[in-house]
Amino acid sequence: MNVRPLTDFPSGSRGRVQRLLGGRMLSQRLAGLGLTVGAMVEVLQNYGRGPLIVSVRDTRIALGRGQADKVLVEPRDG
Amino acid sequence: MQKHDACERPSGGRQGTRGARGGPAEERAVTLALAGQPNVGKSTVFNRLTGLSQHVGNWPGKTVEQKTGECSFQGKRIRLVDLPGTYSLTANSEEERIARDYILRERPDVVIALLNASALERNLYLVAELLLLDRPIVVGLNMVDVAEAQGITVEAEVLSAALRLPVVPLVASKNEGLSELLAVAVDLARHPDRFAPPKPSIREAHRPVLKAIEEALAGHLPEPYLPAYVATKLLEGDGELSRMVQEKAPEAWQRIHPILMAHEDAYLDIAGGRYEWIARMARAALTRPKAGIVTVTDRIDRVATHPLWGVGLLFVILAATFWLTYSIATPMVNLLDHWIAGELAPWAGELLANTPQWLSGFVTNGLIGGAGMVITFLPILLVFFALLGFLEDVGYMARMAYVMDRFMHRLGLHGKSFMPLFLGFGCNIPAVLGTRIIEDRRSRLLTLLLVPLVPCTARLSVVAFLAPVFFPRTAAWVMTALVGGNLLLLVLLGALLNRFAFKGHRGAFIMEMPLYHAPNLRTIGLFVWNNMQGFLRKAGTVIVAVSAVVWALSAYPGPGMNHSLLADFGRWLVPFGRWMGLGDWRLLVSLLTSFIAKENSVATLGVLFGAGDNRTGLGHLVAAAMTPQAALAFLAVQMTFLPCVSTVAAIQQEAGWRWAFVSILLLLALSILAGIVVFRLGGFLC
Repeated sequence: MNVRPLTDFPSGSRGRVQRLLGGRMLSQRLAGLGLTVGAMVEVLQNYGRGPLIVSVRDTRIALGRGQADKVLVEPRDG
Repeated sequence: MQKHDACERPSGGRQGTRGARGGPAEERAVTLALAGQPNVGKSTVFNRLTGLSQHVGNWPGKTVEQKTGECSFQGKRIRLVDLPGTYSLTANSEEERIARDYILRERPDVVIALLNASALERNLYLVAELLLLDRPIVVGLNMVDVAEAQGITVEAEVLSAALRLPVVPLVASKNEGLSELLAVAVDLARHPDRFAPPKPSIREAHRPVLKAIEEALAGHLPEPYLPAYVATKLLEGDGELSRMVQEKAPEAWQRIHPILMAHEDAYLDIAGGRYEWIARMARAALTRPKAGIVTVTDRIDRVATHPLWGVGLLFVILAATFWLTYSIATPMVNLLDHWIAGELAPWAGELLANTPQWLSGFVTNGLIGGAGMVITFLPILLVFFALLGFLEDVGYMARMAYVMDRFMHRLGLHGKSFMPLFLGFGCNIPAVLGTRIIEDRRSRLLTLLLVPLVPCTARLSVVAFLAPVFFPRTAAWVMTALVGGNLLLLVLLGALLNRFAFKGHRGAFIMEMPLYHAPNLRTIGLFVWNNMQGFLRKAGTVIVAVSAVVWALSAYPGPGMNHSLLADFGRWLVPFGRWMGLGDWRLLVSLLTSFIAKENSVATLGVLFGAGDNRTGLGHLVAAAMTPQAALAFLAVQMTFLPCVSTVAAIQQEAGWRWAFVSILLLLALSILAGIVVFRLGGFLC
């Protein structure tokens, strides 16, 4: 499987969350915002620097790069 | 007090149940707790229902805001408690702990769970957690209109049938559905026995484990904890409840601990399992657009969150905010100032002409002087908060934080710290209170320490008065340099504190970017009202009290301020003042009185230089007493001197005495340093 951190995904790409690194606190905060293992994410904005904006379960979330690095995603089309 | 639409409006179909009233249980007020994630329009609903009858305070012993309010519905008294907006109830933050402890311990009659229909599944996550707490729940499905604009429809009856919970569709901003919501909630409060929805199930794989923990807990837990709830939370790794069980049920813990160790990663599965349950609940009710549609939010964000255009837009908005604040508020400030200093104070003086001198002095100078100061600031704060409330309500604030995140990283902070710092330009007190949005303590403390370096309207007004008299031709440049200097100092201090005192630690930046929507005047109005109330309560009491004390210090033993205790202290400080070229004790006393309120500086100079209320004359007298280089140093010290008493009081309230003192010492050291540096550098320039 071609699983990569969310920071590697360009604007407009999509994928399915496969793993969450970074421990319980971070995972639980992300879960509250809808970002869990198995969720589809779309990267709305990733300029290669600065925080990302992703869309997951109809919610837009701003994610610092440090946090986005801990979200491992498998690319999906469409 | 204002009456409220939802409470006033009779709701036809419910009349029949009124006959059942009259028992003792019916006499007491119904308590409704309002729960919901952030950005669901919770404050709009709360404001609609309670209006100005709401009380804003803090949760006991906490620095989290608590709002309660009352209204009556069909002759029944209703007490509404606004729980902190939280995405979940994991107890990883103080807000989450407060929300769940309130429901567990205070046992409100009904919990109203507000959902944002445009992000239904994520919002149901909180409902899945609320269901574990075993209180009757009514779902308020809000922002149905916003969802429809996104092409999303939610069928309330279908959702209600799946969850087996009452679901009431709402458009709170247009006051639609609120009386139905109250009717259903009150009805449920009367018949709690009718409430028996299925609990969210967890994944097959963990059910036996959960059961084992539940059995170990049964009979060992103190009130009001339920085994099913505590077991789930333990499996999720909840620190607070783990400690509780260790303390209150040590034998049970002996059995549970090894199970938990073997299932350390269960928290991931439980969160995932909740969303699977949610997907099943929402499947039939939720219709999404097939292809993604380009929404208004997408279009605005192309500019507003762009790394380049976004920053440009931010600066335009900031500049416009300041320009509007000052151009709208200045005429009002002048009017109030004229009225208080020119009419009220002389009138009070005449009225008290025959009383002892200390009394008339105390009233005209101490009381009216202090309170007047507070009042003349109200227009600036009013306009500033109205503009901020607008930016917050339409959804722009989150973009501001997003755009500034990269920059704030250099200070060891993230984007969320930008908002309180920006508030600081209006007044440092709300800025200190505003740091509450920052989740982790270190980032919050660092932001608290930086806030006083943001020049507030009061500091700016003093410098704006003095700069033109000291430097008639270059005043604008001097002002710009001073403000720029403060911000530079803020950046440097942030970077240094982050590096050495806070060891480069930085909290996670995770933030929802809400959809843009039309502003709601009522919400903005209440935002302004709550912030002004906070300022008035703090500043009103502290400033008036302390200005009375300082007035006494400056009047005794007399005669006049020249022969007062304060003057003696100022004279004693002269050797230190010389470091900064401030060898005149009157300047030092003026700085000292700015500790009460920044704008005191000018009034004190007026008294000490014997210029009275003649401000132009005063300027020339002060300017004549100083070299330009000392004048520049004086302004620099003024810009960085101690935070005012009210700000210190606010910091103490938020972070404790220790950090309030750290803040005072830090600013004192910085202002002396700034004075010395500017004075020495000025020697080369002038």
